[in-house]
Order: sequence, then C-alpha cells, then structure tokens
Amino acid sequence: MNFVPDIQVLCCHYTSQQILAESKEDLRGDGLPENVTINRVACGGKIRETAILSALESGADGVCVVACDPDTCHNVLGSKRAAKRVAAVRKSLAEMDVEADRVGMFQVERGFHPEFVRAAVEMNEKIMGFGPSPFKNGGKK
Amino acid sequence: MIIAERKPVNEIVSMIRDAERILVLGCRGCVSVCSAGGRREVDILASLLRLGRMKEGGKKLKTIEATLVRQCDREYIEEMDQWDGEYDAVVSMACGVGVNFIANLRPNVRVYPAVNTTFYGASAEQGVWSEQCAGCGNCILHFTGGLCPVVRCAKSLMNGPCGGSQDGHCEINKDVSCIWQEIHDKLENLGRNEELDAIAPIRDWRAAGHGGPRKVVREDLTV
Repeated sequence: MNFVPDIQVLCCHYTSQQILAESKEDLRGDGLPENVTINRVACGGKIRETAILSALESGADGVCVVACDPDTCHNVLGSKRAAKRVAAVRKSLAEMDVEADRVGMFQVERGFHPEFVRAAVEMNEKIMGFGPSPFKNGGKK
Repeated sequence: MIIAERKPVNEIVSMIRDAERILVLGCRGCVSVCSAGGRREVDILASLLRLGRMKEGGKKLKTIEATLVRQCDREYIEEMDQWDGEYDAVVSMACGVGVNFIANLRPNVRVYPAVNTTFYGASAEQGVWSEQCAGCGNCILHFTGGLCPVVRCAKSLMNGPCGGSQDGHCEINKDVSCIWQEIHDKLENLGRNEELDAIAPIRDWRAAGHGGPRKVVREDLTV
C-alpha cells in the first residue's frame, strides 16, 4: 500500500516566522515533504490539547508541534507550556493503546534553519513507519 | 477542596461503549480548581472519547459538552433538563458526590464517572495537591497545632510519632514529612509544647463513616 501520511504541524509564529516567509516551492526545495501542512499560531503556549486532538479527529496521521527553544522562547513560557500539553496528549494516546509518538514535540531555535524542516521530515518518517491513524476506518490499517 | 484525577481514557471509552450520544458534564466547583473536570477538561475528554469511538469503529459518537455551577446542589442539577432526550448517557467529570447526586435525582439517566475522587486537599504548588483532611467527623486540630495526624500520619496515630520516622521523614515514604515531628515543632515554636503531654483518648470512629453513611441535619435551615 502506498501510504502518504497526513502530517499536521502546529507551530509557533515566532519559531516559524522566517521559514514561512519562503514560498511553498522553496520550502519543498528545502526538503519539506508535500504531505506536511503547517498551521501557525500566535505562540506555542496557545496550542491547547484540543487543537492537537482536533487535528487527529480531522484525519491527521501525525501531529507535530514545533515551538521555540525553551530557554529562548519569545513569550518566555510558551514553548514549555506546549511541551506539557503535548505530553498530556501523548499520555492519553497511550491510554488508548495508540502510539504516543503520533504526536511529537520539537523545540528549535527561532529563525530560518534546517531543524524546522528536519522536525517535519522526522515526523513524516516516523508516521510512515506506524501506518495510517488508528482513528481512521475503525482502527483497521 | 475535593481533589480528583481523570480516569484512564480507555476505561471511560469502555463504560460508554453502547451509547451513541453522551453528555460530558463538568463541574465548576472543586474539580475545576484542581483541573480535573472543568470546562477545559470537558472539551479534552469529549474529543478523546470521540477518538476512542473512531478507533473502535461503529457509529460515530455524538457529544454535548457542558458544565454546571455545581453537581452537588439540586438547583444546578435541574439545568440538565435542557438536554433531555439528547443523550443516552452522562459522563460526569464531577467528584463522586456529583455522580451520586445525578443518580439520585435522575433515576432514568445512566451516569458514569470520568474521574477518580481522591482526597480533600490543598494546592501545595502549581500542579501539585496534597491531602490535608480526612473528613473524619471529629476534628482534633485544636490539640495538634492545626496539623492533622488522622490523615497526614500514615498510621493515623493520636499520641505522638511511631518511632520509625527519621530526620523528620515518615518511614512509610521518605517524601512525606512526619506530621508528628511537624506538630511538635509547631507547638514548640508557639511555646505550647506542654499540650503534647495530654493523652488523647481512644477514638470513636463512628463519626468517620464507620457507622454507615453520614448525614448533617440543620434544623435552623430546613424548611
């Protein structure tokens, strides 16, 4: 089966500011997979558990949260809050016998650099390994 | 306040396996303050339960998300009437009191608990709650400097420490302070440690619920 995962990236405005200044074509040229969708929010601290769960309900095979390096977060605690909420969602997924790694947290430096793209690529590869979301088709892969 | 923790998601998913429409009902009292069953937790749980159903397959789960001011007073339970006929079961995120009260007042409603009610506690620091009171029905805090040996001593000792504590820590759990050490230090600090010489009598535990469910009747308030 040719599985192309739906990867939703929820990312902080400041973390992604410069990378999103690039055109889609340039981002693809940098290596961002085509099946990765970037959703930018005002701050990592704005990413609630429900936003991550909503992405899964909408059919995402994996959700990748990208926020600032915790020590240099633009809004001081936003990235740490995002990491806590990601951890809470991962715990809940594990309680449902779903791979916790379907939701990933990446804390990277602000500004354009390859780590942002690498986070998306790493997530994409991980989800390719897991296969389709168990929340689709009644859990039948 | 009453402290609670959400049950594992799969446990709740299993409870509602034959329901197609559920009312996820939070409480704006204690469980909101301890972030176990307020509005935010209701939204999270509703989403998790929908995902749980999607994983199992079958009919899509419809959810109504709401909170009541409290689930331990009749006038607020009456607000549930607005959803009559719209759900097959209620998943209550209130403490066990709320679940019982809905079961009492709505005999035809299936109500399930989404949280484990754990203890009466206080917020030690952000995100941390610790047990402070057992609700034992016969308070003796006036003898112990305001610190409770009933619930904060692992052995509920009434006449001083067991002898097993070391460096102020309980022998049961090194992360727990010996409350009798704290009681001694507190009374000494207040210059009242002679009060510890008094022997506490054998305790009558009937007031603690050992005589069956408890009830308080205030004749001055009943109508």
